[in-house]
Amino acid sequence: MPGKLKVKIVAGRHLPVMDRASDLTDAFVEVKFGNTTFKTDVYPKSLNPQWNSEWFKFEVDDEELQDEPLQITVLDHDTYSANDAIGKVYIDIDPLLYSEAATVISGWFPIYDTIHGIRGEINVVVKVDLFNDLNRFRQSSCGVKFFCTTSIPKCYRAVIIHGFVEELVVNEDPEYQWIDRIRTPRASNEARQRLISLMSGELQRKIGLKVLEMRGNAVVGYLQCFDLEGESGLVVRAIGTACTLDKLSNTSAFLPACNSPSKEMKEIPFNEDPNPNTYSSGPSTPLKNQTYSFSPSKSYSRQSSSSDTDLSLTPKTGMGSGSAGKEGGPFKTLLRQQTQSALEQREFPFFTLTTFPPGFLVHVGGVVSARSVKLLDRIHNPDEPETRDAWWAEIRQEIKSHAKALGCHAVVGYSESTSICEEVCILSASGTAAVLNPRFLQDGTMEGCLEQRIEEASPPGCGFCHIPYDELNMPFPAHLTYCYNCRKQKVPDVLFTTIDLPVEAIVIGKGCLIQARLCRLKKKAQAEANATSISNLLPFMEYEVHTQLMNKLKLRGMNALFGLRIQITVGENMLMGLASATGVYLAALPTPGGIQIAGKTPNDATYDQHISHMQKKINDTIAKNKELYEINPPELPEEIIGSPIPEPRQRSRLLRSQSESSDEVTELDLSHGKKDAFVLEIDDTDAMEDVHSLLTDVPPPSGFYSCNTEIMPGINNWTPEIQMFTAVRVSRLSTINPTNQTLNKNFNDLCENLLKSLYFKLRSMVPCCLCHVNFTVALPEDELVQIAVTAVAITYDKNQALQANKAPTEKSQQRASTDNEEQLQFPLELCSDPLSSQPFSPAKEVLEGASSHTGIPAAQRATSVDYSSFADRCNSWIELIKLKAQTIRRGSIKTTTSLEKASPLAEGYLRHRSVPSCTNSTVSVVKMTPLSFLPGAKITKYLGIINMFFIRETTSLREEGGVSGFLHAFIAEVFAMVRAHVAALGGNAVVSYIMKQCVFMENPNKNQAQCLINVSGDAVIFVRESELEMLPVQPSTAAPQPTSSAGDVTT
Amino acid sequence: MSSDLDVFVGNTTLIDEEVYRLWLDGHSVAEAVARRLRGGVLEREGTSVAVLQSDTRDHYRTFQMLERLLHAPPRLLQQLLFQIPPERQALLVQRYYAFDEALARELLGKKLSKGTKKELDEVSARTGVGIRSCRRQFDNFKRVFKAVEELRGPLAENIQQLFLLDYAAIVFFANSRFETGKRRLQFLSFADFAACAQSMMGHWSQGALGEPPDPRAPEAAEPDGDLPKSFLQDLKELKVLVADKDLLDQHKSLVCSALRGKISVYNELEANFKALSRALVNVGGKLTHARDVRDFFVDLVEKVIEPCRSDKWSPGDLRLFLTHYTAARHQALWERYMAAITACLLRMYHD
Repeated sequence: MPGKLKVKIVAGRHLPVMDRASDLTDAFVEVKFGNTTFKTDVYPKSLNPQWNSEWFKFEVDDEELQDEPLQITVLDHDTYSANDAIGKVYIDIDPLLYSEAATVISGWFPIYDTIHGIRGEINVVVKVDLFNDLNRFRQSSCGVKFFCTTSIPKCYRAVIIHGFVEELVVNEDPEYQWIDRIRTPRASNEARQRLISLMSGELQRKIGLKVLEMRGNAVVGYLQCFDLEGESGLVVRAIGTACTLDKLSNTSAFLPACNSPSKEMKEIPFNEDPNPNTYSSGPSTPLKNQTYSFSPSKSYSRQSSSSDTDLSLTPKTGMGSGSAGKEGGPFKTLLRQQTQSALEQREFPFFTLTTFPPGFLVHVGGVVSARSVKLLDRIHNPDEPETRDAWWAEIRQEIKSHAKALGCHAVVGYSESTSICEEVCILSASGTAAVLNPRFLQDGTMEGCLEQRIEEASPPGCGFCHIPYDELNMPFPAHLTYCYNCRKQKVPDVLFTTIDLPVEAIVIGKGCLIQARLCRLKKKAQAEANATSISNLLPFMEYEVHTQLMNKLKLRGMNALFGLRIQITVGENMLMGLASATGVYLAALPTPGGIQIAGKTPNDATYDQHISHMQKKINDTIAKNKELYEINPPELPEEIIGSPIPEPRQRSRLLRSQSESSDEVTELDLSHGKKDAFVLEIDDTDAMEDVHSLLTDVPPPSGFYSCNTEIMPGINNWTPEIQMFTAVRVSRLSTINPTNQTLNKNFNDLCENLLKSLYFKLRSMVPCCLCHVNFTVALPEDELVQIAVTAVAITYDKNQALQANKAPTEKSQQRASTDNEEQLQFPLELCSDPLSSQPFSPAKEVLEGASSHTGIPAAQRATSVDYSSFADRCNSWIELIKLKAQTIRRGSIKTTTSLEKASPLAEGYLRHRSVPSCTNSTVSVVKMTPLSFLPGAKITKYLGIINMFFIRETTSLREEGGVSGFLHAFIAEVFAMVRAHVAALGGNAVVSYIMKQCVFMENPNKNQAQCLINVSGDAVIFVRESELEMLPVQPSTAAPQPTSSAGDVTT
Repeated sequence: MSSDLDVFVGNTTLIDEEVYRLWLDGHSVAEAVARRLRGGVLEREGTSVAVLQSDTRDHYRTFQMLERLLHAPPRLLQQLLFQIPPERQALLVQRYYAFDEALARELLGKKLSKGTKKELDEVSARTGVGIRSCRRQFDNFKRVFKAVEELRGPLAENIQQLFLLDYAAIVFFANSRFETGKRRLQFLSFADFAACAQSMMGHWSQGALGEPPDPRAPEAAEPDGDLPKSFLQDLKELKVLVADKDLLDQHKSLVCSALRGKISVYNELEANFKALSRALVNVGGKLTHARDVRDFFVDLVEKVIEPCRSDKWSPGDLRLFLTHYTAARHQALWERYMAAITACLLRMYHD
């Protein structure tokens, strides 16, 4: 259906001087969309032209609207010769095509030229009128929303999560050997930028069509990548998760949801028999009437009711905890069947999401990955990209079967990547095998009672850790123990995943960034021989990366990895592997054993001495790390004496009976027991090197933490101060006779130095955490390694952090603080779910207890700690509920009382606002972050996806400050252009920002260089929480108030 | 293993004040690193020299890219390339245009020409300001001077608007070409001259009258850096005060009667009154001739400050004298003239 695109060129400023004689410019603008071009008048002799053009109107169908970018070219008029181009602006008008996003694009855009970079700015206004509202979804996919964010966006609720969507388009690359070709680089790079812009529009439209077919209305976790295959062409591919999203209308849907339970809570004092259904709508229809909602009020209450029965302190709850445990098995199969039915119609039950609505993730099996090495050939028919499709289908099939082997029917945190060198291409896919709650996948297919039972089987704090596979028929050798949290289900000894740490997960201490780094030399070879040798190397690399990760994890005294991303990069004469993940200590998993070194030649005394020295060093490191990351798991009580509460005793009895039947449990109780320890055999110098390299990872300087997940486990009091950055390094790993060892060491040093340099740069932000640290490795040339890092540094409040440190399990709250919708549910979870998620202050007491007993031997201490914690838990729990009730009451009146306070608040607000205005800064600040949220702020609107592709080239590399000067300027320009686009959409931040590609090539002999950068993210409008509170008139702002005050109480 | 390429770009541009200072002082990267090392940053942050080098290079690159924008500070506010919080922008501009007083003292009243720029080596040696910093500051003076040359309206405000800071004194001196380099004047610091310039602009310029300049008046077309011609012309009328013997005697008796017993150097005052008065009035009368303008400060020192100093006047004495000397006559022009002269003399009256 047609639409009308309207463009107005208002003015330009700071244009470059194009006429040397007059030191001025005669500028005019060409506006092109599809095949139609309009021109403004020439504005003579000015560097700040005021065109103030008429509205240029393009009447186009919406397929074109989706595919084409708006091209604005600024030129210098020349009477005698050809007009000189000053630069261009590409505007993606997609955000104007869905009703909820931006309505107008208006603002100053940097005028960009591939050779000169930014050359002044142009003020443009763009609008779209879509006709025929009724039918417009038929032909194209206008209206399908796209999000880069890999979780359900904050102001939406997922009605259904449909599943995987993928598409790829191919074309010939207009410029694949830029440096050797005769055509002007600028012309070919312009063509390339235009083509990629067009291809990504087309790709997005095609994906949108698939989403509409699935009856969805949005794509979440949209990831689009380019493969520059050189001579064989250009591939643009994308994956995402189709969803049906519902916009949360702030006030109407919201307030009742949070108010009614709070009322109930006031009325119901803590009693011995908390009916699990109290907080849901009623016993007969516990869940059925609730379509799955992200609005956590519902889901949390549901969950908490189930976990109540699992773990409640009262034995009379009707369903004994023991019975639930026994029934766990059958339920698991039931669940599996259900999920299967929900997923089996899907070709690939994959989800690109990494964070899920509570209750969505039932069990996690582990990481599944698949790689394949392909030889690229010319794409003969761009309209039929079958080969590439088939390659990916093959890999996805493999992933699917891996997941199945783990007893899982779905893969979450799924992603795909490629690494290309000459004509060899490694295709990689990885994800986390998981069992999902089918309730979210289909609308109302489940019986209420069944759901209830399913949930019983998986308490939220630890349920996802429970193994989904059959204990007797394990897919791989693993130590299984009973869950350290609920004691009913089996858990593995370590857990690797590609997802973010679930909100409800119980974590002890803080997390940390763990990287495995690896180089492998390979012979230079051609075509098939090359592909074969790479294929042969891959399994070894995978194995070694895995071993490194495992060792480093144990060295930190942790037992789980989240956000694992293994990147294997192929170069001409080597392969590189870089794995990044965030290590944590999950309370549900057993304490990891230490690392033990064993020598092969036991007779040699000095050798033995050396070994024991190393062993000591390792043990010291583990101890130091435990202290650093505050990993103090409550040790298992051998026996609990004189407990006033009967339940713990019951629990301990249960535990003991288990430990009698299973050796593993007793073994693991000796947390440093040698039997359980991970043994490293040192049989040659290589192994020695490996052990050495283990110990070279320096922890970040004090005041710094780092992780590659969205949020740092164990820190929850972020301040609004953030700094997103990109750092790029290219280093020569040259040694005369490179060996794997020296290369490994060089690579390791390179990464460590880069991290060190980041810590130093950001030292003024201390205490702070580097979140979402994303390393990308490329091998642009022989022996050249390029590492690009994008991350965000967030300052946190140290004083509050100290308190939070004491409470190891504030994950949920931490998450909630970033998101008001979630926060609203929070009191509910707290009240009904005391043990499984170990809420706030009780946990604090655990440690306070521990610290007060420092002199007592370990075993004894463990008992007393546990004892006191149980007692305190009970007390503080009651107190907490009282507090909650009060705060909620307080919160609900706050809307009215705030009127009285209006004047001082408004004053404060004005004062606050007047700061930027008085400085007469004309540029609005745009925040950028790779995270899906902004600390201390609430995202009120998603304006659309930002997906930009730029090429920069130079033929005067030295004059521009060498490679560093060139790239520094280019990255700054990319940031500036992203910010300008966001500001023009009316936004003030980009979330889920990612630099997907940074391809840098240089030819120093010719004084030339070229770089290609692809970035994406979601443009949003956010409002500071402090400002929200200061605006008492808006009803929508009243909603978060109860919770924010609740948050104050609990922290 | 060498890092060929090494960049760090923040969404908010990181500005390290210490490195900025080193850069402004004209140190090379290597020198800057050495100085930072001496500052003990290594021990404080527990980092390595390589990290420090990389950090310094990053900052230097940023500053080099920013320098183009710093040449036109309002552009720094409008540009989109670097996201810098307003207070940081202000800091960047302030520091960039800040000058060493020793250097400014040397350049005061000199023509900001290529010739002067060539002499900067000597100036650098004399003042101890690095040559690169000297050149940058010289260029700053020149840039500011050039930018306001063509503009109308109050000088200080123009400079404030264009460069977001107070540079008026230097431009004022460069404009009027006062002699400041004479041996006699060496005891005066830059701050003294700046204060004098401020008083002169404050009291004598068109804007100082407290009313918007009349657009028809010839001065309105003049840049504010020059003193208004009509005012200077009027000053000639004051000569009558010393030329007319009766008036001079009357003036003397008024001042002496007011000061008798209140001033420790009364006798000397009585003896020197006529000479002092002549000097004070003639200085103003000579301001219409460009060549005589140059001698303004020389005359003040030679004919007022030095005699007083040799008679051991205290600053208090001078103040009392000037107050009563001014108050003895009621005339707007006289008061406007003497206000600046008094302020200048009091500022300059020290060792």
